[in-house]
Amino acid sequence: MSKLRVAAGFAGALVVLGTAGRWGEAAQAGATVTGRVKFTGAKPTMRRIDMSEESACAAKYTTPPTEESVIVNTNGTLANVFVYVKSGLPAGYKPPAATTPVVIDQDGCHYKPHVFGIMVGQPLHIKNSDPLLHNIKSKGRANRPFNISQPNVTRTPTVRTFSAAEVMVSLECNVHGWMQAYAGVVAHPFFAVTGADGTFSLKGLPPGTYTIEAWHERYGVQTATVTVAGTETKTTEFTFAAK
Amino acid sequence: MTSHATTAPAGHAHHDDRSFLAKYVFSTDHKIIGIQFLFLSLFFLLVGGVLAMQMRWQLGFPNQPMPGGGILPETWATDGVLLPEYYIQLVTMHGTFMVFFAIMPLLVGVYANFLIPLKIGTHDMAFPRINMASFWVAFLAGAVMLSSMFVPEGPSRAGWTMYAPLSARADLSGVLLGQQLWCVAIILLGLSSILGSLNYITTVINNRAPGMTWFRLPLSVWSLFITAILGLLALPVLSGAGIMLLFDQTLGTHFFDTTAGGQALLWQHLFWFFGHPEVYILILPAMGMVSDIIANGSRKPIFGYHSMVFAIVGIGFLSWIVWGHHMFMSGMNPTLGSTFMVTTMIIAVPSAIKVFNWLGTMWEGNLHFHVPMLNAVGFVAMFVIGGLSGVFMAATPVDMPIHDTYFIVAHIHYVLFGGSLFALFGAITYWYPKMFGRMMNERWGKIHFWLTMLFFNLVFFPMHNLGMGGHMRRIYDPTVYNFLDPMQGVNRFISLSAFALFVVQGIFAVNFVWSLFRGKKADANPWRDNGLEWSLPNPAPHGNWERVPSVYRGPYEFSHPQASEDFLPQHVKLPGDQEPASAKGAAR
Amino acid sequence: MDWWLPLKGSTFAGPIDGLFLAILIITGIAFVVVEAGVLWFSVRYRHREGRKARHVHGSTKAEVVWTAVPAVTVVALGIVSNQHWERIKGRESVPADAYPIAIHAEQFEWNVTYPGPDGELGNGDDFTVRNQLHVPVGRNVLLVLTAEDVIHSFWVPVFRLKQDAVPGMTIRAWVQPTVAGEYELACAELCGMGHYKMRARVFVHPQPDFETWMQQQILEGAQS
Repeated sequence: MSKLRVAAGFAGALVVLGTAGRWGEAAQAGATVTGRVKFTGAKPTMRRIDMSEESACAAKYTTPPTEESVIVNTNGTLANVFVYVKSGLPAGYKPPAATTPVVIDQDGCHYKPHVFGIMVGQPLHIKNSDPLLHNIKSKGRANRPFNISQPNVTRTPTVRTFSAAEVMVSLECNVHGWMQAYAGVVAHPFFAVTGADGTFSLKGLPPGTYTIEAWHERYGVQTATVTVAGTETKTTEFTFAAK
Repeated sequence: MTSHATTAPAGHAHHDDRSFLAKYVFSTDHKIIGIQFLFLSLFFLLVGGVLAMQMRWQLGFPNQPMPGGGILPETWATDGVLLPEYYIQLVTMHGTFMVFFAIMPLLVGVYANFLIPLKIGTHDMAFPRINMASFWVAFLAGAVMLSSMFVPEGPSRAGWTMYAPLSARADLSGVLLGQQLWCVAIILLGLSSILGSLNYITTVINNRAPGMTWFRLPLSVWSLFITAILGLLALPVLSGAGIMLLFDQTLGTHFFDTTAGGQALLWQHLFWFFGHPEVYILILPAMGMVSDIIANGSRKPIFGYHSMVFAIVGIGFLSWIVWGHHMFMSGMNPTLGSTFMVTTMIIAVPSAIKVFNWLGTMWEGNLHFHVPMLNAVGFVAMFVIGGLSGVFMAATPVDMPIHDTYFIVAHIHYVLFGGSLFALFGAITYWYPKMFGRMMNERWGKIHFWLTMLFFNLVFFPMHNLGMGGHMRRIYDPTVYNFLDPMQGVNRFISLSAFALFVVQGIFAVNFVWSLFRGKKADANPWRDNGLEWSLPNPAPHGNWERVPSVYRGPYEFSHPQASEDFLPQHVKLPGDQEPASAKGAAR
Repeated sequence: MDWWLPLKGSTFAGPIDGLFLAILIITGIAFVVVEAGVLWFSVRYRHREGRKARHVHGSTKAEVVWTAVPAVTVVALGIVSNQHWERIKGRESVPADAYPIAIHAEQFEWNVTYPGPDGELGNGDDFTVRNQLHVPVGRNVLLVLTAEDVIHSFWVPVFRLKQDAVPGMTIRAWVQPTVAGEYELACAELCGMGHYKMRARVFVHPQPDFETWMQQQILEGAQS
């Protein structure tokens, strides 16, 4: 009975695939790779940022703001790790159209989010919530660099897209040297960024053997190889150690 | 007056059967080329003014949406509020258009072309086809420069002085294509100026009418001649520097890239080695034309003709050894600063001589304040301020607080607007009848002069105070600094005055265009002047004279005791005048 | 007076402002002479029926006078100015006891490096503070200026000190602040889109306060 249902599901998926010709719907039916990014060793202290010169930013904090290069969660996991499928996708793979915008906000003289993933061609909406000048300079190599200034709170965000896969494109503000963000630009939707629980989940993978990479701005990259079939879920863990 | 005119041989060298294209577009006639330059540079004067108005909006009303700013693309303004990068593009292009495509071609392109052959008495330039090429190359340069406004990322963001490495590295300025186009346009403009200068120099040396000795040349011709020499020697340096900059951006050379062994100050030395002679290219012709007009308006010979000539030559020479005064704060060896301070101080002397000679010309004259005279006297009154404020910058210790502030902005505008542009308003009105056969409207000319004088001073005089207070130039939003807060009211006042100054120029524009069609028909010699050009009918025909007139005296014999009227043209032979020796040769 | 010169905050300010005023007076006289002449002649010799201009080509005596007077004046000005210039910017002018501070300018920040406890730059105990220049009052301070990317210009109006920071060059400038207080440091050379935001605060402390601030910084540095 259950086998039948799975078969029906597959058939349905194939119909969708056949009619719409898009992986988007079919992706929901694929396999999942999930897991955590653990952190071992002494948790480094993040340096305090003196924002006294920008009172509008300083006013947004009750505790002194710090740098954000290493954020270790209370459960011993590491946040802001970009996990993505580095290789292994089938040759004829066509990514779904990515129309939902990714938003990056300059708020309290910090980028929110600090690390994010975005697909090639997916719109990036750049907002400024601070009533002062930020410029956002992308320093991509595969992508044409941009440098946009937003001298005040934006009412309409500025929109940019990336044209090539690149991990990572660094973004920086030259007015506030501590402001740093990273965009993982990939040509498919199989990426995630670890949050406050340190977990990630890559869903809807077609069957195959994948190289999964985890990237952290200070601790570098780690890779794992995972083979999935059907709609199974596989778990993999990454561990970064303090330096 | 007509009695003199009839003594001149009538014009009309050839029967004119050229096609429209040959006559007005691809013309080799120096007068048509001058008029082409006139329209081209007046267009860029307008463009430069429009850019300035946007800058003034931002400075007077920071972070407020500019009226009409909504039509600007998102790379220039969001919701009508100008962006910082667009602001510095405005700064860059305002300076570039005004210096290279408005004032310089207005003075040199228009008047060297139009006046030299007419005033020295010859049929055309020595190399008419090179002359035509000079205009079309300048036209192309203007088109390229204008196009840089409309490419992705827009035009250059490095200021009109293009200081490297900001100008050399796109990763630092954020502009590549616009910056490259700037270089290409400047290289082309340099080519145009070199072609033009070559022509002016050759023509003045070789093609003077019989009897037109060096010391019978009008001061306008003298100044245009020295200007041409400066242009011929200075523009290659700019073009060369432009080529190096273009190579840095395009081919990966490192002339100015300090991370790879280049030198940042090299650009400044090259730029200002060109740039200071350039400053005199932008003022010498104005001085020359003002001299002609003031003598005419005073009905008196110019005071101290010879010292005027030597002052022009002296300024021309000294302009080559003062460039370092732009670089006192640059990190250049301070001992060099001392040297450049001395040379810079000395260049004040010939300028002073000129000013006092103009005053001497007016002294005991019979002053007719026609529109050109008003503007010429306005030039003297305003140029003095620009010249004197230069002494502050020349003194190296005083330059320290005022360098790169609005004091400098005030100075350059007193020289280039108060100086050159007033002279040009005078010159355009003065030679308009010989160009177009009609007079510009006198009453509106006077209204334009007085309103311009008023608003010009309201805009630029307070900038001295901003500069004394330390107000940096080229900053997008002064309100970022606490010490500039008390000056914001002055900034707003300047902006409002600037808008008025811009509107007032509409009077000139309308007068100029209206008079083309409806202006009073002009006599051959409406200003009762002595120059050879006034012996020709209006507008002067192709080829000028069938046979060029002989010259018997200098150009400033007004109120001559032997003349029945208060002027005595250069070509009128009085009893006892010797026929010039060269006049016996073939007709020139 | 918002429309006049700012507070005199260094030992340079007095002489520079004095020279400024001297030039203002000299040029002011020239200005009045010329403008008065223009106005007076314009009214006095304006065209009237029957007026005839005097046919005269010049006057050697007058021309010699108005060549010589400006020449002597500007040369004298040059000599006086140069003495101050040598004292302020001359290569040998930096006092030997000056307290060294390194300033590294980059788009669009000032990175100010202090010498730490040993009072000398480059010995490993240095620390860097962004966009804040702390100096003791009444003491000579040496500023070692460098630039990361493009040309910037160090400009503190109350000090009357301006000096470009040029990539590829190390430029030494010095100043002795005379009035304690909080001031502003601006970039005076167009350095890109954020040029106008390249602002730092300048704190001129009485010597004891400066020591206290220094101790605090050293302590905080040790903690993180």
